[in-house]
Amino acid sequence: MTKQSAFPYVAVIVATALLALLPYVIGSFGLSFAIATLNFAVVATAWGMFCGPTRYISLASVVFFGAGSYTVAVLGDYVSWPLLLLIAAFVGAAIALIVGLATLRLEGIYFVIFTFGLSEMIRQLATWYEFNITESVGRYVFLDITQEQIYWQLLVLLALLLIGGTVLARSRLGFALRVIGGDEMVARHFGLNPTIAKLCLFMLSSMVIAVAGAIMAPRWTYIDPAIAFNPTLSFQVVIMALLGGMHRIYGPLLGALLMSALFEALGSQFPHAFALLLGLVFIVIVYLLPNGIVGRVEQALARVRNGRADASALVEQRS
Amino acid sequence: MFLNALLTGLTLGGVYALVAMGLTIQYGVSRMMNLAYGEFLIAAAFVVFVMFTNFGISPYLLAIVVVPVAFVISWLVYRFMLTPLARRARSAVALELDSLLLTFGLLFVIMGAMLLIFGGNFTSYSYLSIPVRVFDVTLSANRVISFAAAVIVGIAAYFLLMRTRVGTALRAVAVDPVGAQLVGIDTRWAAGIAFGIGGAIAALGGTLVSTYLTFTAEMGVSFTMKALIVVIMAGVGHAPGALVAGLALGIVEAFVAAYLDPGLTVAVLYAVFLATLIVRPTGIFGRVAR
Repeated sequence: MTKQSAFPYVAVIVATALLALLPYVIGSFGLSFAIATLNFAVVATAWGMFCGPTRYISLASVVFFGAGSYTVAVLGDYVSWPLLLLIAAFVGAAIALIVGLATLRLEGIYFVIFTFGLSEMIRQLATWYEFNITESVGRYVFLDITQEQIYWQLLVLLALLLIGGTVLARSRLGFALRVIGGDEMVARHFGLNPTIAKLCLFMLSSMVIAVAGAIMAPRWTYIDPAIAFNPTLSFQVVIMALLGGMHRIYGPLLGALLMSALFEALGSQFPHAFALLLGLVFIVIVYLLPNGIVGRVEQALARVRNGRADASALVEQRS
Repeated sequence: MFLNALLTGLTLGGVYALVAMGLTIQYGVSRMMNLAYGEFLIAAAFVVFVMFTNFGISPYLLAIVVVPVAFVISWLVYRFMLTPLARRARSAVALELDSLLLTFGLLFVIMGAMLLIFGGNFTSYSYLSIPVRVFDVTLSANRVISFAAAVIVGIAAYFLLMRTRVGTALRAVAVDPVGAQLVGIDTRWAAGIAFGIGGAIAALGGTLVSTYLTFTAEMGVSFTMKALIVVIMAGVGHAPGALVAGLALGIVEAFVAAYLDPGLTVAVLYAVFLATLIVRPTGIFGRVAR
């Protein structure tokens, strides 16, 4: 089960180094698209890291993302930037701990429904709080952070995430998580504690999403609960991860690249039909790509390999 | 104020109970969670709105047409969109996830189509908003009639489930799909019927609320969410429980709006839901083991 080749690490580091030069090549329009894509890539990969092995579909990504953004909006004027990111990570992990303790012993479907409504509740609470307690709906984020810096931070976060994810997949915890995802009863009989393992992973994944939200906050300059907790993000992330295939660490990344290109093209061409198209893509994926593009490709490769094995077996028989 | 909140809550809760009962029949029998459920409700509301404003036909008369059409559409959705998934699925869990994702996509398709046709504006019309006095409280006639209709249909559906052959077959599938097949019940047929009944009830709910509630093309999700909360709180597949929990939910919502803050209703509903999930994951009326 463990192939300890160093190739993935080298590939991630080389790709990151090359992509770091991108802001010097592309214009401001290209940069803004690159930032959006990277943001999706980070959130989708973090989502897949938890949902892939455990098969829990979370529709609450935006809760953590928005919590990260709000950390920056509230504390931005008082705290230094690195400390802000740390606090955002801590806030994300803390929310994940509470949500996870309450829900992760539930069956999969209850978890989906719970997270489905959680973002709605958080957004309502935030709106209510801002309206009644602080008495202004929006907040301004004026920080000295350029678009290029946002891009580089997201890039580093993605690289760390990919390396961390690979390490995790090869570790004992990663193996334990795959067993839990396969059959929780079997996992219990092996002496694993599914709830603790799932909780740790959920907190890690949520932490990363919260940090991404914090990094993205200076990009908006103005945020209100409807922007920071926009539920569409959660849905887009799920589509991306499913399209790519969530059983591999690079699946959601692939899906994020393809889908953000598609969203960009469709969003500018048919701005009013966005929801309709989103839904159609969802349905197509469920029917045609149940294990994502990566799953389809692996299936095709396996067929080619088997075909070759069959053919050579046939040749050996005849000779 | 107390009586006012109680009666408003009851009329609201009546519709919640009805809508949740439709969803619990769908999910209990087919084991496929229909996240596009609320879209059927809103779509019916829009159809009624268009027919009423253009031709002046009474919404309650329109229900006679809208409800059977919704039954057929829901049956078609089950037959042609969901059965291929059931045939492909390797395990019950995989099927649940697949159907969840599919109906999630369907949610966006229906919502997107409605956004394209009707736009994202708030829509409402005025029908029978005559004041009626009930126990010293002034309510509008459309709310009272809607509540009465919800109660009548709820009781009728309850008798359909409990007293008829079809209802018994549906309940048998909900309790034990394998056992039901052993006694000669076609589970796919039963699930199709259940989906149709659920869709018909959702359309009826949409027709009823459209007479007094302002709605938008994007509001289906909130109805799905409330119905889901009721279904899970009551215990999946438990129709009488859904009626009780739905009424309770409506009353809680009305009291929060009256005494606390209208902006906090969703948050409080959700807190109640969360508490139920933690204390009794199988629901208040649900059996301990499934």
